[in-house]
Amino acid sequence: MNISALFDCFTSFSGLAPQLTTSIVIAMILFLVASGLSLIFGVLNIANFAHGSVYAIGIYMTYTVVSATGSFLLALIVAPLCAGLVGFASERLLIRRIYEAPHLYQFLLTFGLLLVLDDLVRLIWGFSSKSIATPLIFQGPPLFLFGSPIPRYYVFIIAVGALVGLGLWLSLSKTKMGKLINAAASDPEMIEALGINVRLVYSLVFTMGAVLAGLAGFLASPLRSATPGMGFSIIIESFIIMVIGGVGSIGGALIASLMVGLLRSFGTIGFPDFELGFVFFLVIAVLVIRPWGIFGIPLE
Amino acid sequence: MKFIQSRFWWIILIVFLLIFPLVSSSLSFLNNATEILIDALFGVSLNLLIGYTGLLSLGHCAFFALGSYGTGILLREASISIPLALIGGAFLAAVVALAMGYLCTRLTKFYFAFLTLALSQIVYIVVVKWVSLTGGEQGLIGGIPHPPIRLLGFAFDISSRLHFYYFTVLLVCGSFILCKMIVDSPFGWLLRCMRENQARTQFVGVNVRRYQLGVFVIAGVFAAISGGLTALNLNGCYADHAQWLKGADPIFMILIGGMKTFAGPMVGAAALVCLNTFIGAYTRYSALILGAILIFLVAFARMGIVDFILLQWESLRRFAGKKVVPSVPPPG
Repeated sequence: MNISALFDCFTSFSGLAPQLTTSIVIAMILFLVASGLSLIFGVLNIANFAHGSVYAIGIYMTYTVVSATGSFLLALIVAPLCAGLVGFASERLLIRRIYEAPHLYQFLLTFGLLLVLDDLVRLIWGFSSKSIATPLIFQGPPLFLFGSPIPRYYVFIIAVGALVGLGLWLSLSKTKMGKLINAAASDPEMIEALGINVRLVYSLVFTMGAVLAGLAGFLASPLRSATPGMGFSIIIESFIIMVIGGVGSIGGALIASLMVGLLRSFGTIGFPDFELGFVFFLVIAVLVIRPWGIFGIPLE
Repeated sequence: MKFIQSRFWWIILIVFLLIFPLVSSSLSFLNNATEILIDALFGVSLNLLIGYTGLLSLGHCAFFALGSYGTGILLREASISIPLALIGGAFLAAVVALAMGYLCTRLTKFYFAFLTLALSQIVYIVVVKWVSLTGGEQGLIGGIPHPPIRLLGFAFDISSRLHFYYFTVLLVCGSFILCKMIVDSPFGWLLRCMRENQARTQFVGVNVRRYQLGVFVIAGVFAAISGGLTALNLNGCYADHAQWLKGADPIFMILIGGMKTFAGPMVGAAALVCLNTFIGAYTRYSALILGAILIFLVAFARMGIVDFILLQWESLRRFAGKKVVPSVPPPG
């Protein structure tokens, strides 16, 4: 425990600022993954344990594209696209079979998929970790917030995350497609009776979720090296955020991600051994007090 | 139906288990058999929750780890006998299961499953971070003292694999008999009712939560015994055993072997150990194969081996004109 370091952090803005930005950066990446997961659970009612491996695919594809062509911009397009393709294929071939199945089988299928995808990543990219450097555009002098340096890349991540989040929320609430998705979430039989191809909507939502996770992977790639097993590590945190924020809620996912980001970031300073424990305590508290999360629909 | 489910097969199995080390001198067979027995207990304990009560618990590995570390630490720090240490580990798991079950049974389905997962991860974090007690991520390597066990007039010295095998057979078969008694008792039948229709069982006047809590603790105790035996088997405790991935092992067993019969997870455990050994010998990508098998089973063959065999036997009997009472619900 290192409470004094934690207090030092709070005493000055220049101490606070870098931690806050780190929190928000972590939060943005988690938000992108978790919002995809939350959408999939909210609309398709499937807890997709394989969602983490799509994130891993995003990171690895970014690494491949950048080391092959040197273009970060190209990776921005290719990585989420590949992730989306994998998601689309999984949905069409496998996930379709478990829409009506008991939860045990849903867990088993998505878990099996997680194992397969994770090992496929090992098969294709090997067992060692791969890393890419921060792209040149962002290697300029850092911006200064309250006297402390913020890397430019962090600003980029926060900007992209905020934009995507806003776009997601707007398209879900204002556009026709968004209304269809909401309708499919609440009463799929009804809209099927109205002539809408619900299967297509499901595929679309699943692919969207995968693309979001792939984008998160793309953004995260300069920050951490790609290691096999990343799929496993991020899926639990994503579920935590989904539960805290409320299933199907983008705003909830954002707030929950910020909470988790802050807990992780400040927790690492004050309690270096236990920061993940705080996150778990938070989700346990939520599940005990208010299981449907911040913006979720109350059960029963 | 009666023949295939009669005690006859169980007696044959027990006799086989007792005799085969005297016939076969293969040490790897013995080790595999020991491992299968221990894992089968883990699988059966989880099936009490999943197959009989309909509670999908993803955090069962926590009890396994509590039993494992409980037994290991008790044996290292306090010089007590092995049976007492096993009981100590089981007691620890029972207490934690009481607390966990109390919190979890308030929820249903996904939230229940996820809360068990989250709570089990707390156990994992405690195991990994309390380095002075548990050895952290490395675990308790360096051996666990195993004083000879005096039981029923025999003295088992666990350093001998043969003795450990027989001790395992004794303990595991005893646990199976206990579990079977529980499952066939009115308590067990009420669990099945809750699996089929929880609301209706509640309407009839049963305190569903209390029963769920009860079976949660019972399952935890047997998982802890399995964990304690594993610690003795491996001569150490490993933090990995508390990770949620390990909790997926018994779920595999239940899926492969079939969840609606008592013997299902045992067959599943045998299948899993064989698969792991076989696959491990040929390729590094065991997770790929295992995952593919899982996907195949869920997508195409959900019922598992034992249920499948029973169904075929029943349809054969119907074909032969005999009256059949379905023991396994038709797939769907």
